[in-house]
Amino acid sequence: MKSAEENIQYAITAKNLTKTFGDFTAVDHISFNIKQGEIFGFLGANGAGKTTAMRMLCGLSTPSSGEATVAGFDVFTQPESIKKSIGYMSQKFSLYEDLTVMENIRFYAGIYGLSDKDIKEKSAHLLKQLHLDHEKDKLVGSLPLGWKQKLSFSIALIHEPKIVFLDEPTGGVDPLTRREFWEMIYEASQRGTTLFVTTHYMDEAEYCHRVSIMVDGRIAAIGTPTELKKQFAAESMNDVFLQLARQATRQAD
Amino acid sequence: MKSIAVKNLSKSFVNGKETVEAVKPLSFEIDKAELFGFIGPDGAGKTTLLRMLTTLILADTGTATVDGFDVVNDYKEIRKRVGYMPGKFSLYQDLSVQENLEFFATIFQTTVKENYHLIKDIYDQLAPFADRPAGKLSGGMKQKLALCCALIHKPTVLFLDEPTTGVDAVSRKEFWEMLKRLKEQGITILVSTPYMDEASLCDRVALMQDGKFLRIDTPSQIIKNYSKTLLAVKGKEMFPLLQKLKQTEGIEMAYPFGEYHHIVLQKDTISIDHIQSQLQGIQEIEIKSTVPDIEDCFIYAMQNN
Amino acid sequence: MKEQFLAFVKKEWFHIWRDKKTLFILFGLPIVQILIFGFALTNEIKNSRIAIVDQSKDETSQRLIDRIATSRYFDIEEFLKSGDEADAAFKRGKVKLVIIIPENFGSSLKHTNHGAIQVIADASDPNTASTLTSYIQAIAGDFQMDLNQGKKLPYTIVPEVRMLYNPQLKGAYNFVPGVMAMVLMLICTLMTSIAIVKEKETGTMEVLLVSPLKPILVIFAKSTPYLFLSLINITSILLLSVFVLGLPIAGSIFLLVALSLLFTITSLSLGMLISTITDSQQTAMLISLMGLFLPTIMLSGFMFPIENMPLPLKIISNVVPAKWYYFIVKAVMIKGVGLKIIWKEALVLTLMTVGFLGLSIKNYKVRLAIK
Repeated sequence: MKSAEENIQYAITAKNLTKTFGDFTAVDHISFNIKQGEIFGFLGANGAGKTTAMRMLCGLSTPSSGEATVAGFDVFTQPESIKKSIGYMSQKFSLYEDLTVMENIRFYAGIYGLSDKDIKEKSAHLLKQLHLDHEKDKLVGSLPLGWKQKLSFSIALIHEPKIVFLDEPTGGVDPLTRREFWEMIYEASQRGTTLFVTTHYMDEAEYCHRVSIMVDGRIAAIGTPTELKKQFAAESMNDVFLQLARQATRQAD
Repeated sequence: MKSIAVKNLSKSFVNGKETVEAVKPLSFEIDKAELFGFIGPDGAGKTTLLRMLTTLILADTGTATVDGFDVVNDYKEIRKRVGYMPGKFSLYQDLSVQENLEFFATIFQTTVKENYHLIKDIYDQLAPFADRPAGKLSGGMKQKLALCCALIHKPTVLFLDEPTTGVDAVSRKEFWEMLKRLKEQGITILVSTPYMDEASLCDRVALMQDGKFLRIDTPSQIIKNYSKTLLAVKGKEMFPLLQKLKQTEGIEMAYPFGEYHHIVLQKDTISIDHIQSQLQGIQEIEIKSTVPDIEDCFIYAMQNN
Repeated sequence: MKEQFLAFVKKEWFHIWRDKKTLFILFGLPIVQILIFGFALTNEIKNSRIAIVDQSKDETSQRLIDRIATSRYFDIEEFLKSGDEADAAFKRGKVKLVIIIPENFGSSLKHTNHGAIQVIADASDPNTASTLTSYIQAIAGDFQMDLNQGKKLPYTIVPEVRMLYNPQLKGAYNFVPGVMAMVLMLICTLMTSIAIVKEKETGTMEVLLVSPLKPILVIFAKSTPYLFLSLINITSILLLSVFVLGLPIAGSIFLLVALSLLFTITSLSLGMLISTITDSQQTAMLISLMGLFLPTIMLSGFMFPIENMPLPLKIISNVVPAKWYYFIVKAVMIKGVGLKIIWKEALVLTLMTVGFLGLSIKNYKVRLAIK
């Protein structure tokens, strides 16, 4: 067991984290330590075990064995504390399309326990940043996808969590918005937020401080993009990924 | 005769109180055996366009023909001869691979045997799973099965709506290789995709955004027609570098592009040195000229739309 | 086209067989319903607990009490000492009825030709109370006739009651036709509409449209398996009724099955119609259950007699197909009538079927309806 001090130093720690379903091992003894303020890219093909691993870290699923801490809290014994300290955004889980921008902000801010005064302040700031002040009473469903994603991200950060989990946040979005989104991620990282991102776009892997690639439930590679390209004698992260993916034996579901 | 001919085709939808122009009046033509890509993000209008061409929805304005048949008046003819793979997986989850294939063959009044040669390459990979329920296949396998079912009646035109979305990188590559081989069989193929890198695999592409074509040409021609000077910049601290670049004189656009940032110069006459001189204080700086990618072309076209 | 149709029907069978949960409902439901209604639920009230206050304690009162005791409707729970204890007995919930036989019951009858018994019923459940009271009255009336045997009485009108077709007043006679209507409606309308809409929801309909398949084949092919399922269900219900519940079939079995098939087709076409007006399985289910199933139970005459309903509801009940079918089943199964008598009802069902089918075909969208 790590000392509490060590755990607090790292935003996320994992040691031999494993999840099995019957005799199927979805996540096979993964280990890593993520520092505060790091942008960590969590890559892997569909079915490699990414989603399962993320669920464990978010406190949504109990690991079968191993250890992990998020924001200093133990994933086995303190999942509720974890949930309170993190932000989460996913392409699939989104905002309520039939509520307005403002209503969505108020709702989620309320869920995270922000006071009315805080909500007022933060929402004004948020809307200004995203240039959505004139759209605040518009139904989210009527916004273009790119704006929805950016709004969703901002809302995930509204309670200023130390760690944010982003699950394929830029899927299907136009190239400009994608980049604007990553600029928002950068800014959050500058402010000290740790970002744990999964993505299909290999060029986005380059924007991360460090990257891990999961294959068949195990971490097949972990390091900075530069280190990995050197290690695999590859021109781009895409090449690194293809090399590793080809070795995969597990069929995605 | 052109495989597909479109004139002034448009479609709007009413969403609550607002009207959305999903497809603004478009005109274009596609040759036989052409591998044509609609590249664009979600909401660009790709699915709506494909649905109009496959006779599933009626356009508000304009006309379109597929194989010479009108999409409105001769829709029955078109439905007999085209293959269609819609966005989400649309086969029967509780039927096996084999059962799905046989079903669609019968619906198209043919047999699996008759056109097996067309799908053999693809089906060989599926054959070991012939009795598995389609719902239990991996994403890549599902797409392959859907492709087989769309091909089993030897269509003259194949419409694929985002066939590689959500599929792993290896399967994506394999999928496009299959499309290339089909093209050689004389089948016209229309594909829509949000992945810019797939654009270079097509004969011609249309870059689509907000219901409009930003560009329509061969990939190499689109890149050739990129009129601005593009530079790649790298530094020790990428994010502060980006912020600095956005404020640097002479730079029209600066955006991240993987390992390097790309910057679009306002004028060709601006030199690399001029830019470098403004970036004092950035450690380990590296600037070089670079050839634009389809994505650079898309971004620039979007910005100036 | 024939191959297309058969391929489609084959596919539908796979869907149905591979969905174990729904399969259980489709086959299990009718059997469960029949058994529940046949044995557990019944309009008859048996073995009701009552209390008796016998203040007379003579031979006549004893004979009356014996009568009541041997009746299957009553169980004498206790003998109270006086009417005052009745209130407490009711409040304790132990009895539903109290009978008070006054003093000198026997001698009053003999000498004054007049005897009264007091019947106090717990009317917090008014239906039960009135039923029990009428049972008592019937028993009393019987008793009276026995006492009067051989005596000469001035013009007495004695109604001779015969319960036709169902002399034992078995509740099953009412429920089996009702269950048949309910089950067929549930399976055919609900399942068919959901099955068709499911294609729209999962996106397979898109692919089917862009094919040479005549769109109309879809809804017919989807309904066909349920037609066969219904035949099996009709058979199992009838077998259960006859052999387990002891309910005979008075009329022609052939006619009964034929008309049941007609009703099946009516329900199927109703299911088809529903599927053409919605794209969501949930909505299809809601419409089938709330919009059809519930009114069917309430307005078909199954649960509540139509004769008792206010006029507007009576009129509406004519639109409910199950009403006509329920009538037909009772007529053929219990009264044993032939086609000559019920041809009108059969015609109504036929017309309804044609109407629903016509509308379904007309409504069927050859393109996607995108909002």
